[in-house]
Amino acid sequence: MGSYILRRLLLALPSVLGISVVLFTVLALAPGDPFEELATNPNVPAEVRLLLRAKFGLDDPIWQRYFRWLSAMLQGDWGFSFISRVDVDILILQRMPVTLAVIGASQVLALLIALPVGIYSAAKPYSWFDRIASTLAFIGFSLPTFFTGLLLIYLFSITLGWLPFVYRADITASGAQWWWEHLRQAIMPVLVLGLFQGASWMRYVRSAMLDVIRLDYVTTARSKGLKERVVVIRHVVRNALIPVVTLVALQMPAVFGGAIVTEQIFRIPGIGSLLIDAILRNDTPVIMAVTFVFACLVIFFNLIADLLYGWLDPRISYR
Amino acid sequence: MQEREIRELIEEVRVGTLPRRQFIGQLVSLGLTAPMASMLLMHAGVAQAQPVSTYKPTKRGGGGTLKALWWQGATLLQPHFASGTKDQEGSRIFYEPLAVWDNEGNLIPILAAEIPTRANGGLAADGKSVVWRLKKDVTWHDGKPFTADDCLFTWEFARDPASAAITAGVYKDIKVDKVDSHTIRVTFTKPTPFWAAAFVAAEGMIIPKHVFGPYSGAKSREAPANLKPVGTGPYKFSDFKPGDIVRGEINQNYHMPNRPYFDAIEMKGGGDATSAARAVLQTGEYDYAWNLQVEDEVMKRMEAGGKGKVHVIDSGDIEFIQLNPTDPYTEVDGERGSVKSKHFAFTEAAVREAMSLLADRKGIQDFIYGRTGVATSNFMNNPPRFRSPNTKWEFNIDKANQILDGAGWKRGADGVREKGGKKMKFVFQTSVNSIRQKEQAVIKQACQKAGIDLELKSVTGAVFFSSDVANPDTYGKFWCDMQMYTTTMTQPDAERFMDQYTSWEVSSKANKWLGRNICRYRSEEYDKAYHAGELELDPVKRAAIFIRLNDMVIKDNAVIPLITRPRARGANLKLVSTLSGWDLDFSTLQNWYREA
Repeated sequence: MGSYILRRLLLALPSVLGISVVLFTVLALAPGDPFEELATNPNVPAEVRLLLRAKFGLDDPIWQRYFRWLSAMLQGDWGFSFISRVDVDILILQRMPVTLAVIGASQVLALLIALPVGIYSAAKPYSWFDRIASTLAFIGFSLPTFFTGLLLIYLFSITLGWLPFVYRADITASGAQWWWEHLRQAIMPVLVLGLFQGASWMRYVRSAMLDVIRLDYVTTARSKGLKERVVVIRHVVRNALIPVVTLVALQMPAVFGGAIVTEQIFRIPGIGSLLIDAILRNDTPVIMAVTFVFACLVIFFNLIADLLYGWLDPRISYR
Repeated sequence: MQEREIRELIEEVRVGTLPRRQFIGQLVSLGLTAPMASMLLMHAGVAQAQPVSTYKPTKRGGGGTLKALWWQGATLLQPHFASGTKDQEGSRIFYEPLAVWDNEGNLIPILAAEIPTRANGGLAADGKSVVWRLKKDVTWHDGKPFTADDCLFTWEFARDPASAAITAGVYKDIKVDKVDSHTIRVTFTKPTPFWAAAFVAAEGMIIPKHVFGPYSGAKSREAPANLKPVGTGPYKFSDFKPGDIVRGEINQNYHMPNRPYFDAIEMKGGGDATSAARAVLQTGEYDYAWNLQVEDEVMKRMEAGGKGKVHVIDSGDIEFIQLNPTDPYTEVDGERGSVKSKHFAFTEAAVREAMSLLADRKGIQDFIYGRTGVATSNFMNNPPRFRSPNTKWEFNIDKANQILDGAGWKRGADGVREKGGKKMKFVFQTSVNSIRQKEQAVIKQACQKAGIDLELKSVTGAVFFSSDVANPDTYGKFWCDMQMYTTTMTQPDAERFMDQYTSWEVSSKANKWLGRNICRYRSEEYDKAYHAGELELDPVKRAAIFIRLNDMVIKDNAVIPLITRPRARGANLKLVSTLSGWDLDFSTLQNWYREA
């Protein structure tokens, strides 16, 4: 097991390097200039702009800039944002808690919906409950999050006026008030992300359950006279969830990506909105760092998924 | 308007027959800025208008939190690194300049004890120096006193190339001396009629020596205060997340009585202009929103919500079209659009005049901009009350057709005019922006009726406005026949603005297309007049020259001004804010309050 993890980690290194090369090249070749805003401001002499470009090394050849970035990265220096002149790791750490809170809550919500609904639907396939749940699930994952987000804003913020649609990371209130304010502003984004994710996971849970529920050992369990409840929970769900668990792990990084749009709509100061701002302003060091973090997350969660699979299903062994 | 007429007007203001406001409005309509017009009066010894204070609160604080929404959040809080107004606004909550511009071009003292004048000995007779007296008993947020040393330090910091300060242009050619602990003298290398640039308004914010002292020059990026500002402003720093939020709390030791009214301020960033407008106008979640680039129709519907209203403030931004006088498609001396080449159509004055007649400014104002755009013929600002007599605009397709017929451009079989085998097919580019694409369509339609075929091209803003030498689609290269964008006139002195038509500023390969003369206008007469303006010491003569320069460009139809774009801001119905088109939104933040 230990040697397997080590081998996987070693294998991950070249892919991380490859990703960084591709990212850097694409960004360097993409048009644009972090000091674009200065160009349209006649108060700023052109020399100042040229000086800034030279100072931040933007005029050097791409390969030089890449190796400078790489060697700094290896020493733990993520560089600093051209726009805010703040260290990138500080920027990312500042945004991390909000993203984790919102995404985490939406994932929990998604699981809370997907598991019971999926299991019950599979236990009674093609019943009225199953049909309604499936229909809603199809609607749920067919509607893009930016659409449901706007819909919820229109309904709850504008028509009814119940919920705020601007998310504020630092709320000054304390105690119960603090929790209440956070809850109020988080309801809509968490619902949007959670329902979307929950809908597709519910379909996975249902089909995984249906695969298992027809197997012989389930019939055996039933014929032993076990209660239906026990059969489903003890025998079916445990086995059916193995592919679902890995799926959830694999989906984690994708969820960070999916949250970008939602963060923009609700002004959530998370990693996603940081990335969008950085892209709009051509702030290369920030884009590099955030996309690089995403890439590492993908690789990391792949490894987690593989390990989890083996742990849950002893028939799979690592060599 | 001639020098003599301006002098007469100034005299009328002095004796009191002409209201000061009207004088400024008239000069503004001729292409000067309000601050510049106001300076003319000051030079003539006419006292500044004493702006009546409308500030009502009788005690400091007690107003709760002021919640402002900036859809582009502040990314840094060091005013001399600010790359855009959003950063300057964020910094302005904490830092202050010596004086600010109000909407009528008056200088309002903030950290200055008074505005320098000839009468109080602040302005030297030769125009080469200004003496600023600073307010005493002003303290920085950390309790240290504010003195002349801080002004000196700010100047040294900004002019040092190693600091890479954005404001270097303002400070590099001046010299600042300390007269005593609360007096400084700014000396210019040549007589400078417009002396209020350094230490004034957005680029004049003063930073504390005792905080930034150890971090000047190359170490400037490392200063902790870049993220945790220590200023003299009405609010003290409490929290900052780049691109997301700036928060400040009341400064109990603020140097103006009964101010500020609010206990805290919050400036939230992110999102888009439309939803920012919604949060202020429709749901009232926020008190103030910056730069509402939203179609007027949409804003009117939101205002119906009854929570807030849109404030429209005149400023000097102009949406205009440039006609390329050079050939953008063939290389001459290894360069496209070289000044040595000639455009097949736009070098003809008749064609340029026809193009100007085909710009339906009124249609653009009525159907696209609404309150947020006013049709104009002037290259610079033009409030409707004082329309310039020198230039006028007209939308007349028939007249354009006649002119083109007369100039020998005959319609071909496909309805497109041609002369000498060259068809009137032009490429017309602008940045990607739904409003601009609509404007393009309006102009294309009119041109079609006059037998001109426009190919519309839109380039994404990040590319169009970049100085990327490798990209062919930047506005600086202008490698097409026509282009349209907005030029801002944030700088109050016209000298910097008018140099964009001088021949030595022509954007070309030699200056990496960074030259300010993007439309490559060249006229010996213009160059000569501009030089005369630079050397002119008499502010009145100088103003007359700038007005003439402006007229020259417009009469020649080298550029076609379309719309002035006043600033649109959203504010809660109860919020009393004082906004100026010549300074930052937060230029008089200390005076903002909420009505009961």
